[in-house]
Amino acid sequence: MPNTQMTPGIVAGRLDSDQLSENFADLHPPYAGHEAAVAADRCYFCHDAPCMTACPTDIDIPLFIRQIQTGTPDAAAKTILGQNILGGMCARVCPTETLCEEVCVREVAEGKPVEIGRLQRYATDHLMASGEHPFERAAATGKSVAVVGAGPAGLSCAHRLAMHGHDVTLYDAKPKPGGLNEFGIAAYKTTHDFAAREVDWLLQIGGISTEFGKALGSDLDLATLSKQFDAVFLSIGLGGVNSLRAAGEERDGVADAVSFIANLRQADDLSKLKVGRNVVVIGGGMTAVDAAVQSKLLGAENVTIAYRRGRDQMGASRFEQDLAASHGVRILPHAQPVAVHGNGAAAEVEFEYTTSADGKLTGTGETFRLAADQVFKAIGQTLDGAPDGLEIEGGKIKVGANGSTSITGVWAGGDCATGGDDLTVTAVAEGRDAAEDIHAKLMG
Amino acid sequence: MADLTSTFIGIKSPNPFWLASAPPTDKEYNVRRAFEAGWGGVVWKTLGAEGPPVVNVNGPRYGAIYGADRRLLGLNNIELITDRPLQTNLREIKAVKRDYPDRAMVVSLMVPCEEDAWKAILPVVEETGADGIELNFGCPHGMSERGMGAAVGQVPEYIEMVTRWCKQTTRMPVIVKLTPNITDVRKPAEAAKRGGADAVSLINTINSITSVNLDTMSPEPSIDGKGSHGGYCGPAVKPIAMSMVSEIARNPETHGLPISGIGGVTTWRDAAEFISLGCGNVQVCTAVMTYGFKIVSEMVSGLSDWMDEKGYSSVDEVVGRAIPNVTDWQYLNLNYVAKAKISQADCIKCGRCYAACEDTSHQAISMSEDRTFEVIDAECVACNLCVNVCPVEGCITMEPMATGETDPRTGKPVEPDYANWTTHPNNPGAVAAE
Repeated sequence: MPNTQMTPGIVAGRLDSDQLSENFADLHPPYAGHEAAVAADRCYFCHDAPCMTACPTDIDIPLFIRQIQTGTPDAAAKTILGQNILGGMCARVCPTETLCEEVCVREVAEGKPVEIGRLQRYATDHLMASGEHPFERAAATGKSVAVVGAGPAGLSCAHRLAMHGHDVTLYDAKPKPGGLNEFGIAAYKTTHDFAAREVDWLLQIGGISTEFGKALGSDLDLATLSKQFDAVFLSIGLGGVNSLRAAGEERDGVADAVSFIANLRQADDLSKLKVGRNVVVIGGGMTAVDAAVQSKLLGAENVTIAYRRGRDQMGASRFEQDLAASHGVRILPHAQPVAVHGNGAAAEVEFEYTTSADGKLTGTGETFRLAADQVFKAIGQTLDGAPDGLEIEGGKIKVGANGSTSITGVWAGGDCATGGDDLTVTAVAEGRDAAEDIHAKLMG
Repeated sequence: MADLTSTFIGIKSPNPFWLASAPPTDKEYNVRRAFEAGWGGVVWKTLGAEGPPVVNVNGPRYGAIYGADRRLLGLNNIELITDRPLQTNLREIKAVKRDYPDRAMVVSLMVPCEEDAWKAILPVVEETGADGIELNFGCPHGMSERGMGAAVGQVPEYIEMVTRWCKQTTRMPVIVKLTPNITDVRKPAEAAKRGGADAVSLINTINSITSVNLDTMSPEPSIDGKGSHGGYCGPAVKPIAMSMVSEIARNPETHGLPISGIGGVTTWRDAAEFISLGCGNVQVCTAVMTYGFKIVSEMVSGLSDWMDEKGYSSVDEVVGRAIPNVTDWQYLNLNYVAKAKISQADCIKCGRCYAACEDTSHQAISMSEDRTFEVIDAECVACNLCVNVCPVEGCITMEPMATGETDPRTGKPVEPDYANWTTHPNNPGAVAAE
């Protein structure tokens, strides 16, 4: 008998393949031409537009929307990609509801912003569908740069450096590039292998050689790279995962949300992917929402996100919280894990209610248990394997305004570095700005 | 409830909304649907002389321009007069008029500029029971190349001559439809009056090319790679039409001559504006070609509600009410001083007023770090551009300054008295105030 949502334990095939492919379809389907025209016409072409200011990569949003309005989506794409080479991915995964669209004057006026993210996707998809790369490489400078980590920050940095004529070697510990774009984002946000296609398209700039499956610490070391190359950019992300510090954390069925998300993204057949009947996700950020929603989409019967503070302090935006709720995920704030109970495998998670006063979180002493055959930890990632000698601040590589680290000739950006939110778009901006700084230093 | 019934040059209709001579009034089927929808009257699409009908192109006959969200703002056409046999049209006109005796049935006519031609067609039209005729002296394309339409309308002497032939031949009231493709619209209106016209209607369509296909380099609408100028109409032409209407209403030679207003009438408000400028009724075409006949319900309710609100009991009370306030620039009060005012409660902080004023006007709007936009009274000349570009209606207003207040721009107090250019010291031809 096939498995259903009611089957106990952690099993595969709770839903049939048709249901699974429907569940994991594009969260925001791309605009057809007419839809794009209607959406673009809503833009007021504001002066010194608030959306632009809110964009971490400073895309000239009114300009690109006007270019869509006037029937030149490829010109719009160039406006976007000139600022943000991963504009296609950002169009899919940016929390626009807390960035450009939050400050759109039509959001302020009507509660309905211009759908900037979807318009950006329309333009970038249009250009990328041609298969052509819109930028040309400058004459070779003879300088070489190592970029360690092929996630958003590394890709952005490598592209900008290559565009300026430098020779770039792009390393990644994983066997394929993309970083969190490839391994760390909910599948319904980036369908049809977009992350990999985007990297292929980006590399068309030329001048970037790739070496994947090489990790800093085991296969590479900073001292050697610094000798070998004129500059080094570190974008190694956050490889470690915080522990629950609750009894029973080692039980079967307790796993990292990031691994679950990565496995899901790399799965060829979702019906072979196992998920619990009762899933509890602990944490309050985007990773928690991605893991919880996807558990539900895989067929888990009950999924709960438990967060120790209030809803307004969750890292996940209100839009993400609502997305989770609309898929039937229960969001349980003010609950901190005490223990994972079970006979070998997890069966229940015990929580204690919390209150916060003056920013201080205290347990109330009252506890309760939730049935849980699968428990995902989504309580933050940590810097793992940073090279010795780099100054660290707050658990991240300390960087200056343009990503320069405490070691001359070494820059860093993305989630592994201080400054900015841990967002794809922020990482792209940091990679780009570091590339400009490296370029200036190398050519100065 | 306000009485919307209309009597225009003796022709009665339940409301002042007629359909203009155009595709919507080309045949019985459409006109019956229009009357069922509530239109007060129609001007039947222009009939030509007995004989083989004209032929139309077999490709696109319309071109358009759009506003945001593909709102149709202007339409042009290269369609000719009716391409159906005269007898078919006459039979249908008679049948419709018989079934809708309370609606206005006016027949548009265009025959060669010969007395016999007009004398031949008028009796057969009269025989249908139609309430009146409209002389099409305006059609700017196709027919004008054959010496009809605008070719007549651009020569006042011809207008007068043909109008006189018609008045001598028929008992039916005669409306002369004027072309805007002329320098001074008062001249053809005067000619129509001299010829005995009961009314003029205007405007007919404006010579236009709506767009060029940049792939084929052919103007649109394009017929096998070539385009011809067509007649432009729709909301975009309303300001031109209203100016021309007002000129005829103001002109001492034609003041009081009944006018049927045409040109971009789309809503009840447009209609009320035309009526206020001296029109006894209005004719509509593009709006129904865009939205269908049902819009007349909004026009009826809107005009009626507005009249109730203002205390007007009949359309006639509104006719020409704005005309005393249409004047020449030289008579505008130069002592009137206003300043723009931005309502911070309504402002959505788009900054378009700032861009417009800063880049193209008087640098009279300030912008703060937090996007607060405020008018700098010492720079504001009250040009109204900020009002016009603001997406929020009513957010920016023009506030008149009170007499005696000091205008921070000029440093001078606002004068109590009216004074215009004719007496202004900067005017070399100024006459001393008496």
